Amino acid sequence: MNRATLNLWVGIFVVGGFIALLFLAFKVGNFAGGNLGETYSVVAHFDNIGGLKASAPVKSSGVLVGRVMSIQFDTKKYDALVTIRLDKRIPFSSDTMASVLTSGILGEQYVGLETGGEVEMLKEGSEITHTQGAMVLEKLIGQFFISKSQESGEGAK
Amino acid sequence: MASDAAIEVSNLNFQYGERAILRGINMRIPRGSIIAIMGQSGCGKTTLLRLFGGQLKPTEGSLIVDGQDMRSIQTDALYQLRRRMGMLFQFGALFTDLSVYDNVAFQMREHTSLPETLIHDLTLLKLQAVGLRGVRDRMPGELSGGMARRVALARAIALDPMIMMYDEPFTGLDPISMGVIAKLIRDLNSALGTTSIIVTHDVQESLRLVDYVYFVSQGVIVAEGTPDQIRASTLPYVHQFVWGEMDGPVPFHYPAPSMQHLLAGQRSHSSGQN
Amino acid sequence: MLSKIKNDVQNVGHLTLELISGIGAVFVFLIVTLSHSATSFQRFSLTIREIFFSGVLSLIIILVSGLFVGMVLGLQGYETLQTYGSSDSVGVLVALSLTRELGPVVSALLFASRAGSAITAEIGLMKATEQLSAMEMMAINPIARVVGPRFWGGVLSMPVLTAMFISTGVLGGYMIAVLLIGVDSGAFWSQMNAAVDFSHDVLNGLIKSFVFGLAVCAIATYQGYSAAPTAEGVSGATTRTVVSSSLAILALDLVLTAFMLKG
Repeated sequence: MNRATLNLWVGIFVVGGFIALLFLAFKVGNFAGGNLGETYSVVAHFDNIGGLKASAPVKSSGVLVGRVMSIQFDTKKYDALVTIRLDKRIPFSSDTMASVLTSGILGEQYVGLETGGEVEMLKEGSEITHTQGAMVLEKLIGQFFISKSQESGEGAK
Repeated sequence: MASDAAIEVSNLNFQYGERAILRGINMRIPRGSIIAIMGQSGCGKTTLLRLFGGQLKPTEGSLIVDGQDMRSIQTDALYQLRRRMGMLFQFGALFTDLSVYDNVAFQMREHTSLPETLIHDLTLLKLQAVGLRGVRDRMPGELSGGMARRVALARAIALDPMIMMYDEPFTGLDPISMGVIAKLIRDLNSALGTTSIIVTHDVQESLRLVDYVYFVSQGVIVAEGTPDQIRASTLPYVHQFVWGEMDGPVPFHYPAPSMQHLLAGQRSHSSGQN
Repeated sequence: MLSKIKNDVQNVGHLTLELISGIGAVFVFLIVTLSHSATSFQRFSLTIREIFFSGVLSLIIILVSGLFVGMVLGLQGYETLQTYGSSDSVGVLVALSLTRELGPVVSALLFASRAGSAITAEIGLMKATEQLSAMEMMAINPIARVVGPRFWGGVLSMPVLTAMFISTGVLGGYMIAVLLIGVDSGAFWSQMNAAVDFSHDVLNGLIKSFVFGLAVCAIATYQGYSAAPTAEGVSGATTRTVVSSSLAILALDLVLTAFMLKG
């Protein structure tokens, strides 16, 4: 095996590996999503974050616009304090609504943003005041039973 | 200041863990001489070569090789010393992934900055000296035992070493190849003045070749002298070794319980069956 | 009875001490190899040769195995997901399994068996035929010249092989799920794209394979270098390489996965 052939094969090997890497980065994985570019961070209080985790996606109209940076317990308000990093290119109004939603039935939880009508935009460090926590299954069932018994109660009268 | 002794050994002891391999060795090898170290397999001959080459360090005693104290020598100085030494291993130890040419050129490429054209000429010169210029492009696996050893010799002398060590150079060769190697060792010694140390148990070939002989048995030197002195020696061990006698100081029977013991055991066994 | 228990406890103690000192020996050898790595990079042609022997020659087994593993994942995945009506997510299952776990681990195991044992055998044989000794006597450090390039050749090949394993696996899954079974191609790729995060999944997988490569090459070179210079010595060493590497890969996988999931 002479030097030239060796080098050729190793070169093919390395190039092949690089192509595989590119394939994995763009076709298989979400490379564009991993890199948000310039970002700014805002905070939001939720009464219940459900199964939301750090680095969960933040989407608006289903499109990825940011990531959850951290989730902490706020001892003053006794709720969850979520820090979100948003793509600088996408402005959101100061009355934006943030909800904890679930993708699919068994999917992971993410933060959904709906922009509002205010002219003023969210800035670095702003707080999103309109929030809706995750739907907790037990509470839903409880509400369902209460409304059902109310219905039958009224029906019985 | 170079002393006239290439190697001086005084009161050398070498232990491997608990086992004493060499005890109280005293040797003085003058420059330019050919000496043989003889003895049975496992008596410590090869260990001596390793000590000379710095692969092992003496446990006690003094070992001076080309003026260097081998007990305290540092890595750089050791590597410098090794460039002045050459070693022929028992089966050649050629690098199996390199061709014959690349094997012989190895040391020149690694240790000198000579241009390839010069290395080319030197390599062919060395191969010509051992008569194997024609196999320069073959791989070691394609060579016979004798040829591989000759190529290894060419490789070992590539940088014209001052001291050459031969580990059992005659073992396993046909008489013709043996004669060739012996002649090459002789020629090398007279042409370059290389001090040659041959470890062997081939008595006839080496007595014809060397200036002085050391006999080692179980880690100590039991006899030494010129070939004539050795042939005339009446020491039982030397006599047994030189003349190939079956029994003598080196016993034929490996220690075992006596025959009476064996028979006594059989007798009681058969009586038990009754 | 009591002495037998005492014996067994002593044996376990001995084995544990042997295991720990074995790991220590590999580590010490690794440090020595790393400290002599200058030659591997200054004379890069030596390392390139080893990349060929460890990496290029392992391509066939890696690509074929990757393909088969991907296809099986596609098949099994479809079977299971179908009961939940989520068969469109089979791409997600195939890709995530491969990038996070199966890719690094299986390709490392295959590498250990094919390339690791070859490295051990080569070095062990060089030791048995006194080639390493000859090199030493010629004032060339055998660790710098023989061990170093083989170590780095393997370490550099490993992530490349893993990337290729994962890629062919995904393609294998695609072939089964989309071409054979009939899952929608668009759904296959888009769901996968959304679920697989580059830094979390792909990059972590490649980091794992790099660590596995370090472990396998350290073990393989150590076993070869410290093999007894006989035929049995070398054959025992190659077996030990495959077994110890496999265990090391699985143990490291546990540690790395825990570390990566938390962070």
